[in-house]
Amino acid sequence: MKDWITRLGSPLMRWLGGLPLGSWLIGALVASLLEHVFGATLSYALWLHSLPAIFGLSVILSEPTLIPSVLLYLIIMYFIPTYIVARLSAPLVRRVEQHFSPRVYIIVHLVLLYLVLQVWGTVDEYRLLVLRLLGVGIMLTTSLNLVNGWMGEFSVAVAGFMSVGAYVSSVLMVWGFVNDDVFGPAVLPSSLAPFAFPIVLIIGGIAASITALAVAIPSFRTRGDYLAIITLAYVFIIKSAVENIDYIGGPRGFMNQPPVASFPVVFVWTVLALWTIYNYVSSTYGKATSAVRDNESAAEAMTVDTRRVKVIAFLTHAFWSGVAGGLYAHVIGYINPSSFGLVKSAEVLGMLYLGGLSSVTGSVFGTVLFQLLAEILRPLKLAKWLVIPVVLILVMVYRPRGLLGFREVQFPFLTAKKKEVEHAPAGN
Amino acid sequence: MGFLGQLLDPQQWFNALQWGSFYALIALGYSMVYSILMLFNFAHGDVFMVGAYIGFFVATGFLALASAGILPASGWLIFVLTLILTMFLTSFVGMAVERVAYRPLRNAPRASAAITGLMVGIFLETGNLALLGASRKTFPTLIETKTFQIGSVYLTNIKVLTIVLSLALMLALHLFVQKTKTGMAMRAMSYDYAAVPLMGVPMDRVIVLTFALGSALAGAAGVLFSMSYPVLEPYMGLLIGWKAFVAAILGGRGSILGAVLGGFLLGFIEILVAAAFVSTMRDLIAFSIVLLILTFRPYGLFGEEYSARLRI
Repeated sequence: MKDWITRLGSPLMRWLGGLPLGSWLIGALVASLLEHVFGATLSYALWLHSLPAIFGLSVILSEPTLIPSVLLYLIIMYFIPTYIVARLSAPLVRRVEQHFSPRVYIIVHLVLLYLVLQVWGTVDEYRLLVLRLLGVGIMLTTSLNLVNGWMGEFSVAVAGFMSVGAYVSSVLMVWGFVNDDVFGPAVLPSSLAPFAFPIVLIIGGIAASITALAVAIPSFRTRGDYLAIITLAYVFIIKSAVENIDYIGGPRGFMNQPPVASFPVVFVWTVLALWTIYNYVSSTYGKATSAVRDNESAAEAMTVDTRRVKVIAFLTHAFWSGVAGGLYAHVIGYINPSSFGLVKSAEVLGMLYLGGLSSVTGSVFGTVLFQLLAEILRPLKLAKWLVIPVVLILVMVYRPRGLLGFREVQFPFLTAKKKEVEHAPAGN
Repeated sequence: MGFLGQLLDPQQWFNALQWGSFYALIALGYSMVYSILMLFNFAHGDVFMVGAYIGFFVATGFLALASAGILPASGWLIFVLTLILTMFLTSFVGMAVERVAYRPLRNAPRASAAITGLMVGIFLETGNLALLGASRKTFPTLIETKTFQIGSVYLTNIKVLTIVLSLALMLALHLFVQKTKTGMAMRAMSYDYAAVPLMGVPMDRVIVLTFALGSALAGAAGVLFSMSYPVLEPYMGLLIGWKAFVAAILGGRGSILGAVLGGFLLGFIEILVAAAFVSTMRDLIAFSIVLLILTFRPYGLFGEEYSARLRI
């Protein structure tokens, strides 16, 4: 049976007129620049109350009469300029592209993608917030995928790791760079804050990993559902511990984080996380992790040190979740213990299983889809949490492995240069 | 009174027995489903919540009938009727959860079924919030609280009732599982899931019955809980459900006796920790103890190392 979604990449590319990806990005960049100039005028001319923030998705349910206007806006503002510029720039892009090595090719495209998102985002503060939260979500989902997907266990600890990362990095940043009532005057000049932030984030991630070690050591002696229970207890313990430390605000929460998590910072960290996790699962360790999932005894017979492999995957998950938590804290500017409860874990699990297990593109896809769905459902307020569960149940019933489970979207430009290895689970 | 004094105080032991009863009743639902499907029913805490709300409506209805003169205005009679009807109605909630969240995924990866369970739980919470609004409901008083004293221990009739009734329900469940033919089918299925249908046992019916029984117990827990703590809110099942889940694991996965003992044990740990230390430290210390116990006994206190019948 041919799976429509697996080869989403190639028909999409063909439909895009065989134009190189770079020229589409250039087109999108021009369209976003044009939106800065004409966006307000055009939305006024189309009787829209304001500029459609996220492609006007929230209009669908709140004011259906505006749908034609929004569609027109999308076509005039985004589609037509993008298409024209992509067409025109294609020959030039093709000629330049030939001289790129794969590494340069990817870097150039990432820079273009960043520019598109940055220019598109600066039109509206809300867009930037959504994009940054999207980046955090992608990091969380992909890192959780390491454990729940490639390793084949069931962990719910992601909220706990986030909490540790968020609190450690917030405390360090506030202590270092903010005049705070509790932590006293800033130790260092605030101009240094953006440079210290990466180090602080890494410290937060390592702190999360250290607490994860306490979970990992007893957990991986047995297989099965053990990890689910231990991580459940872990989330309770972390939440309760934070609530009991009055020094960092206890249940009241913690704020005053310096505004260092701007969009470029989040973008770079997201790319870094995706890159390391993708490389990790393509490496020998990654293959060993999948082998442990498929058949632990067989993996052990093949000289895989199963316990070590599991612990490393789990600690990597903890590290990236901690970093994502630190970013989250500085994006929102306020954290409290109940924002890192089991509900948060359930949300990340929802994104993960929507996108599918053991798939980097699946995790990205699932996160984006989930957030866009949330955007559409935003006008429903409370009823949003009636619709999202139903959607997820339907996805699970009809595609129990998620939309992209155990597959990667095949991008022709990547597969042409690098041979893709499929990670299909054995014995199913 | 020092730590040791609190630990040996019979008053705390009595409170712990009552608190543990709720955990034990809910933990049974987790354990029974796990023993057959090797699956954690993550919506079970919310079934408990729905049970408490059903109990609220049923009790209010019976009280209205009593004040209209159709029923005799006896608190005990209304309580018994409420308990029975609530257990009956809540069992249908459990069956519906099985039908929606678990049956379509019988052959899917177990993690997917865990996700549908979680989502059904969120649906029940939000549905309740949307249907009944954010205002909290107060469970009507069915039986006047009476306090009496034995030695230095203060007992209330409602707490005694909770403990006695929970133990009776657990005994009834035990007898059902051990003595009836359906109970035998349940035991057989937990022993070998694949072979039992080959023996002509209607598998679906046994599974549905398991969910119904577990949910009826959760409904009973809902009524008993609301009689002691009469404020109902949509998220009341969340924390107590997760804790009962941990209790089920603590006792030993899939073992009925283990679930009961695990429930009481968690109740004891929580009450004694709250009494001996600061009450806000309760979760922290209680779960650290749980983690410690599981480190040394990975299969729970009374669970045995099961053959790895994993269906991932």
